[in-house]
Order: sequence, then structure tokens, then C-alpha cells
Amino acid sequence: MGDYRHRLMDYVREEIMPHRFCVGCGCGTVLNAFVNAVEELGLDTKKMVCVSGIGCSSWIPSPYFKSDTLHTTHGRPIAFATGVKIMRPDLTVVVIAGDGDAAGIGGNHLIHAARRNIDLSVFMVNNMIYGMTGGQVAPTTPRGVKTSTTPYKNIEPPFDVADLVASAGASYVARWTTYHVFPLMESMQNAIRRKGFGFIEIVSQCPESYGRRIGLRTATDFLTQFRDVSIRVEKTKDMSEDELKDRIVIGKLRDRERPEFVGELHSLKNEQVEALKQESVA
Amino acid sequence: MALNADKQRYLSRLAGKTFFILGDEACAYGALFAGCDFFAGYPITPASEIAELIANDLPKAGGIYVQMEDELASIAAVIGASWTGSRAMTATSGPGFSLMQENLGYAIMTETPCVLVNVQRSGPSTGQATKPAQGDVMQARWGTHGDHNIIALAPKSAQECLDLMLECFDLADTYRTPVLLLMDGEIGHIRESVTMPSMPAIDHATRKKADAGDEPFGGDDLVPGIVHYGEGRNVHVTGSTHLANGMRDVATPKVHDVLIRRIYRKIEENRDTIVRTESDISPDGRAKIGVIAYGAAARPAYGAVLECREQGQAVDFLRLITIWPFARKQVTEFAKNLDVILVPEMNLGQLSREIERFVDCPVVPVSKIGGIPHTVDEITSAIMEAV
Amino acid sequence: MIEINDDLCKGCEICISFCPLKVFANSEKLNRKGYYVPVVLDEDACVGCRLCELLCPEFAIIVINE
Repeated sequence: MGDYRHRLMDYVREEIMPHRFCVGCGCGTVLNAFVNAVEELGLDTKKMVCVSGIGCSSWIPSPYFKSDTLHTTHGRPIAFATGVKIMRPDLTVVVIAGDGDAAGIGGNHLIHAARRNIDLSVFMVNNMIYGMTGGQVAPTTPRGVKTSTTPYKNIEPPFDVADLVASAGASYVARWTTYHVFPLMESMQNAIRRKGFGFIEIVSQCPESYGRRIGLRTATDFLTQFRDVSIRVEKTKDMSEDELKDRIVIGKLRDRERPEFVGELHSLKNEQVEALKQESVA
Repeated sequence: MALNADKQRYLSRLAGKTFFILGDEACAYGALFAGCDFFAGYPITPASEIAELIANDLPKAGGIYVQMEDELASIAAVIGASWTGSRAMTATSGPGFSLMQENLGYAIMTETPCVLVNVQRSGPSTGQATKPAQGDVMQARWGTHGDHNIIALAPKSAQECLDLMLECFDLADTYRTPVLLLMDGEIGHIRESVTMPSMPAIDHATRKKADAGDEPFGGDDLVPGIVHYGEGRNVHVTGSTHLANGMRDVATPKVHDVLIRRIYRKIEENRDTIVRTESDISPDGRAKIGVIAYGAAARPAYGAVLECREQGQAVDFLRLITIWPFARKQVTEFAKNLDVILVPEMNLGQLSREIERFVDCPVVPVSKIGGIPHTVDEITSAIMEAV
Repeated sequence: MIEINDDLCKGCEICISFCPLKVFANSEKLNRKGYYVPVVLDEDACVGCRLCELLCPEFAIIVINE
């Protein structure tokens, strides 16, 4: 077989490919879906800013995606992105970060951005572990799991991050897995198109730092499980909490119109500038 | 860099006029006259008044004020905004300044121009929240981890709060670095006459832009040209050690060495331009005693110097306007013929240790903590005792 | 038509496992990095759904629908 060039290579910093993600890592798939989403939307990458924090998923846009990028401190990409979006509301600002980054250390910024409904797209890659540092327990790790810092068992219940973000006030919330690539890609397009806080929780495989601890040693093992335990949100209406305990609820979880922060901020500012103009003329 | 129409319209109503205002308010007006575009902050005593005035007035000048959920988010938003080409700032006090250290280091590492005002209060921790101090001076220099340099200025009056803000923004843009304004609660909350700058006189420094083909994080000049977001140049900004083109490289020792040393030298080798001091030296070099002070302490210190002279005791006085980089040349020169130097500070002698390194004579810290500034009498007694 | 860029492949086997038509298979062929790359067993069976292309973490597969 050949040595051809992928038709979407223009969107990627080719000189540093192949990327550093582990064999079978979901991050590669998320990058793939993202690039496809951007292409299908017809976005001009010169008008995009991708912001990420610290962790493996944060490497998806930085350094691999070819646009303006901002690789920030751990947990803070949403706060940095807010400053960018406010001063350049014409640019498409996307945040891609992991569960530890966005919902752990960055949890506060996540809920406030959702509350304000800032026009950002945040794609949180949830591999249920702190992967980059070798496999420590995360706020999204299921109960009972033995990780490097819960060597006996994890006694903490995990966050339902998508639920949290929806409750906090986001316009658009969805959850998919790296198995459900086509709907994921479409969801990314919806989140970007929609004015307001668009959040997608992407359940993803980490065979190296997480999978090895729970007997899912390959990407195939993981994706098979994602496929088997996922259940579309439409089908869960009459199901009890107990029945949903070990399932992954996927689909569009929230989609509503709400006032958007950056737009309102600029309106307020424009009103004040106008008022001063009137005063000066008078 | 000229100010746009919205800013000019707002400022022209204040230009050249004199008001009786708080130091905090003067600082805010200074930011407005400097053409600040963006302020992100969090309430904290004694800096909240800065945010309040900015929240009220910055939108009138076409800028944006946003209150973030905490101080970390505030400085983060400031940095993000700066990369779009905006003049961005935040204001806080000790506890907030502590929270901002990580992102301050990020701004230093990515060479992001921005201004951070710390209206120092009595610490550590919650301390005496409503009382002034000068206890963050060393933290300003070394608060964030790793080898780095920083610029910090300290105003002694409400007027200087305004004037130094203009300098802070210019220094930030010229050297592509965060710049700190180390106010203290005393100056922040003092009410004094402040005269606004007159319009035609304002001409701001502009950031050097990277031409096509220039690399935004390295090159031959100490200060590389910057690339802003939205210019279509795929600028890659990271807090990790990076090459001149911004791409991460943590594996090659030389890359780190070159980057860190250049960022350090950026300020180090421009000391002569950056460092400002003010002195009052006795004629004929008669004085054998000197007093060095900065910020709020500088006022009773100078008062004490004048008092001593009236009592027939010659004393030299040096005021540090720039705290960092440290004015070692000026201090060494000042100390040349002196037998002793007194350093009144509202802390346990943080800068006196720095002064000690550059002088041969004994250095006597005149420390006062507890939230009340020195009195002229206290420092006068200390001087007389040293005689 | 399916194109595989051998040198980008990391041998994760996602394409082999999840192609609904079982178009791919394991091979003994090693790429430059030492990974076993998949081969296309039966190109005619491919319906051009592009699942392999999207699932592949490495940008190593494209599906060209004529």
C-alpha cells in the first residue's frame, strides 16, 4: 500500500506527524473527528484559536492542529479562552482538554463558563484517569477501580460531567464516545455553530495508563465496551438510576437558547460608548 | 501608538483636570489613559476600588471589564486577551497575588505583555486584610517558580499611581513581559490631588510585531516581535520550553538554556533604561548617613530626612521607584561615602537584604509591621540613633 | 478504494476489529517503526462507509469513493 497523503493533512502540523499518542489512544480519533468537523463546516482555520490545558488530550490541538493555539497551565484553558473570545469575538475559539484538566483542577472555570454561557466550544476528552502522569485516580474514575493512587480501591463516586455542565447553564451539551465517531463529528459541528457554551464529553480509551488496570488492554477491548454499554439518551426515559449505573448515556443531552455572555458584554459596552457620544454632542 | 476615537472621547473629558481621588482610583485612571482595553479581576481589599472604577468607566472608553470566578481565571483571561493585541490588566492584593503566581510565570515564559497591580496588604495569609504593608516585595521577584526576571514599580502617592501605570503598560509592551505595580494599601486608599495627563502629550509604546519570516519566540533581538491571534500565522503559544518558532522542545538542554537566558537578559540588559530612582543628596557629600525607601514608607522617610537636616544632621535620601530589577548601580553609588544606611520598610526587612548585597557599609532595617505606616518621628529617632 | 499509509500506522487494530464488512486483516508486514500493519483482504466488499477512516487515530487510512 502507498505512501499517499491524507486529504485532511492540511489541517495538521504535518512536520510533527505521526503524533505521540500511544497505540490505540482515543486522542488520535478525537483529532480525526475534529479535523473532519472543521472541514465539513468549511471553517477558515486562520480564524480559529484552539486552547488547551495540560494532559494528553490537551495535545490534540496543540501542537497537532494547524491554527493559532494556546497551550495553557493545567485546568485553566477555559479562563484563557474567555479572554481571547471576549477581545476577538469574531474568531472561533475551541477548547480541548481532558477530564482531569477541565473537570478536576479546572472544574470551577468549567461551571462558571457554562453558567455565563460563553460562546466557546469545549470538548472534554474523558478517559476516566490522569493518563499523562501514569494513571492516578481522577474525579471521573469509577468506584472500586485500583489506580496508582488508589492502590486498594477508589472509594469516590465519579462526576457526571455532562450533567453538571448542563445544570450549570450550557446551551448545548452532548456525550459521545470515541466509538461513535460520526455522531461525535456532527456534534462538534453543532457545538461550534451554536452561539453559547457548547460542551461535548467524549468518553475515550486510554489503554496504557487506564486500560491495563482494568483488563482492557487494547483499543479494541475499550471500543467494544463503549459500544456495548452505551445507550442513547432517548432510550433512557423510563430507566431507573440503578439500571443506568454502568451504562454510558450518549447523545444530545441539552440544546436550548440562552443569552450568550460575550455578545451581551459587547452590547453593554456599545451602549455606554453610544451614550457618551450622545453626551459629547449635546 | 495613538488612542482610538472611543478612548479619546472618554479621556478628553478628564484630560488636564485635577481631582481629589483615591490612589486606587488614580491607578484605574492611569490604566484608562494608558489605553487599557481589557480588565479581568476579582474583588479583594484593598484593590476592589480599582475594579469598580474600571467596571464603570472602561466600557465608556470602548473597553471590556469582566469579573472572573477567581484570581487564577483573572490573570488567565488577561493573558488570553493580550494575545489578541489588547492592553490587558488585573488588580489584586496579597492572597490574590499568591494565586496568580502560576499564570504570572506563564506570562513570563510566553513573553505576554500585561500589567498586574498588587495593592499590598498585611500578611501572610488573610493577615490584616484592611491594613497596608510592603510584605510582597520578595514575592514579586521570586513568587513564581523557575528562573525568571520581572519588572516592578512602587508608587509613593496617588499621582504616581496614575503616572506609573502609563509606564507599566509601556514597559510591558516594550519588553514583552508582565509588569507589576506594587502599590500598598496606604497609597491605595489615600485621597490626594491627582492631575490627569493632557491629551496630546500621550504617546504610548507599541509592541514590536514579527514580520513574515520572523520567529515570535526567539531570533537575534532580545525582544522578539510578537504575532497576535487572528493574523493567520498559526502562532503556537505554550508555557513549555519552546523553540524560536514557539514549538515545544523540552528534550534539548540547549533550547531551554537559550530561551531562559534570553528572557532573563531581556530585562537584565536593559536595566539602565528601566530602573528609575529619585534622590536628594546633601551638597558637598557631607552626609555619612543615608536612608533608602520606597512606596508608602518613602514619605515619612523623606520627612525624617528633612527633619534631621533641620536639626543639623546631614542625611542623604534615595527613593526606589523601580523595585525590580533592583537599582544596584544607583544604590552602590548612593552608598559610596556613607557609613550607614537605614531602610524603613513596612515588612521585616525584605529589600534591606538586597541593599546589603550592594553596599559596603552596615544596613539597618527600620521595620514596622502591624498595619500602620511609619511616622516621621519614628524614622527620625532611628536615624539619630544610628549617628 | 482504500489507502493505508503504512508508516503512520501503529498497529492498534481498530480498523480490523470494527469494519462492518471485515475488509481488513492482520498481516506479517512490519512498518519502519516495527508495527504490524493491516492489509485490505477484500476491497470489493468495502461499501465506503468511512468508519475506518474516522476511527483511525493515526490518519493512516483514507477511503476514496469513486
